Amino acid sequence: MPYIPHSEEDRKEMLKTIGVDRIEDLFVEIPDDLRLKAPLNVPEGLDEYKLFGHLNELASKNMSASDAVCFLGAGIYDRYIPAVVGALISRGEFLTAYTPYQPEASQGYLQTIYEFQTMVAELYGMDLANASMYCGATAMAEGALMACSIKRRSQVVVSEAVHPHYRQVLETYCSPMDVEVKTIPALASGREESLDLVTEEAACLILQQPNFFGMITDIKAAREVCDRTGSLLLVSADPTAAGLLPTPGELGADIVTGEGQPLGIPMGLGGPLLGLFACRREYARQIPGRIVGRTHDEQGRLGYTMTLRTREQDIRRERATSNICTNEALMALAATVYMSAVGKNGIRSVAESTVQNTQYAISRLTEAGARIKYKGSVFGEFVLSLPIEASQVRDELHKRGILAGLPLGEYFEGEEHSLLVAVTEIRTKDEIDWFASELASVLDNEENDLWLVGASLDQSRVQVRQADGHVDARSVETIEKVTVTKSNWSIKDQFGLEMQFTDGALAEIHEEDTAGFEAVMAALSKQLEGWDEEWYEKVVYPPFEKNAAVVFERV
Amino acid sequence: MTTRTVPTPKPIFEKSRPGRIGCNIPVADTPKVDLAAAVGETRDSVAWPEIGELDLVRHFTNLSQINYGIDTGFYPLGSCTMKYNPRINEQTAALPGFARLHPMQPEESIPGAIEVMLGVQDFLKEITGFDEITMQPVAGAHGELTCLMMIKAYHESRGEGDQRNIVLVPDSAHGTNPASAARCGYKVKSVPTDAEGNTDIEALRAVMDETVAAFMVTNPSTLGLFEPHIKEICDLVHEKGGQVFCDGANMNAMVGVTRPGDHGFDCMHLNLHKTFSTPHGGGGPGCGAIGLQSHLEAFMPAPLVTRGAVGEPVLDDDRPQSIGRVSSFFGQFLMAVRALTYLAAYGSDGLPEIARHAVLNANYIKARLKDVLPPAHDRPCMHECILTAKEYKKYGVRALDISKRLIDLGFHPPTNYFPLIVPECMMIEPTETESKETLDEFCDAMIQICTEAREDHELLINAPQKQVVGRLNEAEAVKNLDVKWQADR
Ligand SMILES: Cc1ncc(COP(=O)(O)O)c(C=O)c1O
Repeated sequence: MPYIPHSEEDRKEMLKTIGVDRIEDLFVEIPDDLRLKAPLNVPEGLDEYKLFGHLNELASKNMSASDAVCFLGAGIYDRYIPAVVGALISRGEFLTAYTPYQPEASQGYLQTIYEFQTMVAELYGMDLANASMYCGATAMAEGALMACSIKRRSQVVVSEAVHPHYRQVLETYCSPMDVEVKTIPALASGREESLDLVTEEAACLILQQPNFFGMITDIKAAREVCDRTGSLLLVSADPTAAGLLPTPGELGADIVTGEGQPLGIPMGLGGPLLGLFACRREYARQIPGRIVGRTHDEQGRLGYTMTLRTREQDIRRERATSNICTNEALMALAATVYMSAVGKNGIRSVAESTVQNTQYAISRLTEAGARIKYKGSVFGEFVLSLPIEASQVRDELHKRGILAGLPLGEYFEGEEHSLLVAVTEIRTKDEIDWFASELASVLDNEENDLWLVGASLDQSRVQVRQADGHVDARSVETIEKVTVTKSNWSIKDQFGLEMQFTDGALAEIHEEDTAGFEAVMAALSKQLEGWDEEWYEKVVYPPFEKNAAVVFERV
Repeated sequence: MTTRTVPTPKPIFEKSRPGRIGCNIPVADTPKVDLAAAVGETRDSVAWPEIGELDLVRHFTNLSQINYGIDTGFYPLGSCTMKYNPRINEQTAALPGFARLHPMQPEESIPGAIEVMLGVQDFLKEITGFDEITMQPVAGAHGELTCLMMIKAYHESRGEGDQRNIVLVPDSAHGTNPASAARCGYKVKSVPTDAEGNTDIEALRAVMDETVAAFMVTNPSTLGLFEPHIKEICDLVHEKGGQVFCDGANMNAMVGVTRPGDHGFDCMHLNLHKTFSTPHGGGGPGCGAIGLQSHLEAFMPAPLVTRGAVGEPVLDDDRPQSIGRVSSFFGQFLMAVRALTYLAAYGSDGLPEIARHAVLNANYIKARLKDVLPPAHDRPCMHECILTAKEYKKYGVRALDISKRLIDLGFHPPTNYFPLIVPECMMIEPTETESKETLDEFCDAMIQICTEAREDHELLINAPQKQVVGRLNEAEAVKNLDVKWQADR
């Protein structure tokens, strides 16, 4: 048998020592009618060669980030994992250890956890961090319940711009505890529209940094609201972004949670992950999970041990701060190696490269005929508005070897044209160019060829994509007026230069086809609305009249 | 553990020197941007260590050398099933076709991954006898919580949600059981264990009424004993409309021999990181699959990995009665890959040998040690034996002292002081992967220690002596809380 070393001789001797004849005799306490009589109905065992072949075959059926270029993010990122991470966490002394209940035999692991806690606390600008939670979602939910017990309140307020899965897990955790979850809308602008929902009843306000749409959250404003209502501020923060942006701690967060996967952990179809959890010192005794502290032995030698143990389930049972036992120690170790390997300068470089690649992707993808849905600063991720359904783009690009992003229609009603795109430090200029050209070709092939105008994110140019796919750029500053009629549209710039464009799709609509015309105009004005509001004012919008035109003019 | 030849590594922060870096990181080849224009304000630099790659490797390698794992030696930690973690599992889980999958990829791009999840689910259905399995819970305690949430939703669907607000937990239960019940909004009531080590059925009858939502039973119990009246217990709870949850931490005793789904249980959790050999990793990641009978199916966490009408794999997210999502994505997928590798290696003929040899090994240790450390209950044990060291108290020696001395003799100690109802408890779980010689060496060491306890107890009281540190001052750790390195400390 694989992994079972007993010889026939061993079994005989052991049974003799025990004083029974057969192994079956050891199972006498299981009532006969509960014992399995037939063999398990599962496949026969495989030798190691066949076993690897079998799993390898299953693996090869998937399209991984090694086969495709990954622009999917939404909390899980295709980042670089230094070779030292895998090499060090696969050392048997770490890999095959249990929770360090016997500190004298576990000093190595305990020290790495202490180092992990230090680096996470430093990353988030917090006083202390625990030894890990399951994942970003459960860490956030645990943080919310911790806030409820600190504040003795039974309501939490969460932004709609927090990862939808995290909000689902939050609901799941809160519901049996009779904790109410209120949601602040954020879909219109990509950020919390108003924080008015936060009242004296709220144990905490939960925001994400950067938020689910990639936008940078105004944590300071949230702090002010929480001060007024006496609520705690919980921020779910991406660790890479935290290496560049002002820390949640310095901006006033009381609890910071996050998904540690970007810190050297493979995407692995989303598991195992690493829940990060940090808070202010005053809440140390309410924190869920394990914490490692330094102390001394009788000879005065410095050593590490799990501490504040009376919070935990094995001691406090139903009064424990959480039910968590097994956590994500090995992933925390991976993160510790990663954080030590990239170090102070490396994390900054990873974050800056991410921003740089993101900005480049934004400019290229908007040139390709997509538009940026939300105005404002982003880190590593952004929402594209597409002229056709995002899932169609996703499926089409998937066939060409690009994981284009996450269609938001799966999560938000009416967002069928929105695609969440992530760009990490390892995406190259070539990969981004390729994504842009494939996107342009997908959009070109579409009947619905109304996508005439886009704005680059740096908002200095307007791109005009003509029916033949040729893209023409105009500096925004120079443009005075955009006029769209049913058969053509024109741009007039400050030098009096006027450019006329005839669009195939528009021209095809018959003069009398008012319904078709209305639909076209509605779509067009929707497209234009997103980017134009700052520079242009809608002047005329009489879609039913003959020779009607939509005119956008500089304010 | 062997005597140390390298000094204990300093905290990594004390090795940091400006300008060093421990890896060769990729840098963007796209045009430079104005950072302030792109993201606005930025932070001060992150005070993470700056250390060269070789020194980094040495730091963590040296730390690993002062850490005990199954690979280092015998690790009979009761209730934790510290069995060998096959290396082939690490190889399959590292395949890029698994490791580099994004959880939000289109379903059509991950057919092999869905097959892995279905494959594990099929094995586990057959092994546990339950109708349904999901692997979304990520650890044992998380599985407990998920099961209780489903039970709560089930009672609510029958209009009994408010009335049933109590969860019964045996006095021998693991701490996560009552903690999970509390996390699910339940009041906890304890059910005593009788003199034989079984659930006290009369006491259960007395507390079991229509206010009880569920009874959480560990089978085999944390005393390492099979609950012989389990069917009667389940019937008793069901008669009053309650549900019975099985804590499956001890599944290693049952694989291929008996199935909790046939015992009368409504649902259970499994720890794939115990029974199915996914590595414990120093305290996680775990993998907490749950099994359940069909009446609870509607409440399972979404999405479900399941099969469609013609057996095709589907991800089912349309579950109106579901308790919702319990973790970020599909649970610990790469752990499922490891578990499938393990299950497929054993197959139908091999799987029952796991339980048979786990039980053989535990009974062997119990037999060899019975004269020096009597079992708490003198019955055939299952995969672990629970011994008591109470007679050594008169020599001023406690179970913990025996454990600390074991460390110096090169063994990881058993679990101490759990279950709480056994005085000076030593819970020994050898697992099936240990050879007779290893068990003999361990038993010889235990017998030696028991002699020392009587004759020279200083050796135990002052143990361990050969490690990088001796017993640590826990009170100081709490009082002068030092959980984050600071330059001036
Ligand atoms: C009997 C028992 N139940 C539940 C658990 C909890 O499992 P986990 O640590 O995976 O959360 C354990 C683990 O230590 C256990 O021994």
